[in-house]
Amino acid sequence: MLKIIKIFFLTSALLGGIGLYGGNKNIEILGAGATFPYPFYSKLFDVYHEESNIKVNYQAIGSGGGIRQLLNKTVDFGATDAFMSNEELEKAPAEIVHIPTCLGAVVVTYNLPNNPQLKLTPEIIADIFLGKIKMWNNERIKAENPDTKLPKWNIVVVHRSDGSGTTFIFSDYLTKVSKEWKEKVGRGKSLSWPVGLGGKGNPGVAGLVQQTPGAIGYVELIYALSNNMPVGIVKNKSGNYIVPSIKSVSLAANVQMPADTRVSLTNTSAKNGYPISSFTWLIVFKEQNYNNRSKNRAKSTLNLLWWVIHNGQEYAEPLHYAPLPKEAVEKAEGVLRSVTYNNKAILK
Amino acid sequence: MHTDKGFNTILYISGIIILVLVLGIFMSLTLNSLPSIKAFGIKFFTGREWNPVSGEFGAFPFLVGTLLTSFLALAISIPFSFSISILLGEYQKRGVFSSFLNTTVELLSGIPSIIYGFWGLFVLAPIIRSFELRVGLPPYGVGIFTSSIILAIMIIPYSASLGREVISLVPGDIKEAAYSLGATRFEVIRDVIFPYARSGIFAGFLLSLGRALGETMAVTMVIGNANILPKNIFAPGNTMASVIANEFTEASGNLYLSALIEIGIVLFIVTALVNIIGRVIIKKMGYEGEN
Repeated sequence: MLKIIKIFFLTSALLGGIGLYGGNKNIEILGAGATFPYPFYSKLFDVYHEESNIKVNYQAIGSGGGIRQLLNKTVDFGATDAFMSNEELEKAPAEIVHIPTCLGAVVVTYNLPNNPQLKLTPEIIADIFLGKIKMWNNERIKAENPDTKLPKWNIVVVHRSDGSGTTFIFSDYLTKVSKEWKEKVGRGKSLSWPVGLGGKGNPGVAGLVQQTPGAIGYVELIYALSNNMPVGIVKNKSGNYIVPSIKSVSLAANVQMPADTRVSLTNTSAKNGYPISSFTWLIVFKEQNYNNRSKNRAKSTLNLLWWVIHNGQEYAEPLHYAPLPKEAVEKAEGVLRSVTYNNKAILK
Repeated sequence: MHTDKGFNTILYISGIIILVLVLGIFMSLTLNSLPSIKAFGIKFFTGREWNPVSGEFGAFPFLVGTLLTSFLALAISIPFSFSISILLGEYQKRGVFSSFLNTTVELLSGIPSIIYGFWGLFVLAPIIRSFELRVGLPPYGVGIFTSSIILAIMIIPYSASLGREVISLVPGDIKEAAYSLGATRFEVIRDVIFPYARSGIFAGFLLSLGRALGETMAVTMVIGNANILPKNIFAPGNTMASVIANEFTEASGNLYLSALIEIGIVLFIVTALVNIIGRVIIKKMGYEGEN
């Protein structure tokens, strides 16, 4: 009997010790959401930890997941490439604000022999993902790429299986350029894809495309570049064939940005802008005193966000994301200054 | 007397807790899927379109995917588990080879399902892919067939162990009676052992099937995650467990969420149904005094 009591006390002491250790750490800021900017955030939070000794724990679970976790109040900030719509914002328990952090490109990548760089038009892209163009040696693709030898292979479409902001950006673009896409599929983070395999996250899609001969999928630019996968050159609204790059993405951002920073850049009218570009946002509650959040935690979160839109921007280009244009930074500052704790602004 | 009564109470309480738990799970699932049940009714089971954008949710493709992969996996695993049961239960009851085979088969059941998923994605899928390339099918690699193979490997140990047990329990005297009448080994297996152990073997298959129906992680990595009816056995599809795993964390909107929960309940009911039908068949097959 005594032995059992001794073991019991030992175990609870051990567990208590672990609990105490866990409780004594610094504030750890929790974020979750998009995989689109994950390489950028990963680098940012690493640098931030070195500079300020505050750990940021970011889980790349997809934009849909990021929004959900913020609404569930389990994270300090969410990350999404699909800004919340007016309906979604109305349904939220409190007001939510968006802070843009960088720009990225959704590229069309594929697996063909010799990794050719293909020219693609919006109509061809829409019809491939609708399942109407089934073979790589289709006449229309050949017409755009007369010098490339296209094999007689099946086109294997790869899309996202999880709720994704990347999907939202891609489908937002296709909705604007294809009436059939608009009617049959529409825009959203989760879609009813007419054809294709589903991969989990940007890495999942990149992986499937890499492994499957004849596959075509859509991923954020860095995922294609870091895996040495070819990237499609897309014809934009002005009729120019644009290679996705930091420059062409920044050019696409030449649009009027509203004060709440929610704006879509797809199918941009900028002459040399890449047509499938987008901002990506971090979202927080406007009033930070919820669920017994401490003022300290709210301040730490806001300091992190302020740092991201200023000092953090220098880390965007090396990872092939476009830094925020000046106008976006100003609007983002305005949004951050509007975030309050007990109705008093946190940042001066 | 005290310890006896106390012991009995503990037993009963444990039993009741389990019942309450299962009932609680079922009720909370039903409650949360009410919005979807009200919106779709029977159409949920026949609808082929799973569209979060338009709010149309039909679970037929997932029903087909689950049943197809599970039964196909069972069909693939039966020859192997049946052979292993006979080998271990009748031919090699003792010895180095027998214990080695025994341990290996049981090891199969201990491998985490995500490892099976990885193996399937990185080893099996490329093999299937090169096969598909050779016969001119779209080289998905992943799909219904690949997940059925993975599931088959996963469920072999369940039916093999149970089968081995019941086969080894066949009384020696009736076997020897058959031998003394001049029966060959094969005839003894076919006409003495098999009828005697029939219900136990079938129970093993049922256990395997139940495992296959609910398997999530391994399947979701190799089934291709296409929310449409699979065109043929090499096409991608999706199962009920897999679609819940994929879409649950990000389902925004009440109808979407409750549609997913309704799929959960359907899975629950399908598994329960399979178990009930199985028990009826086992009872009909069983000998008197068989457990």
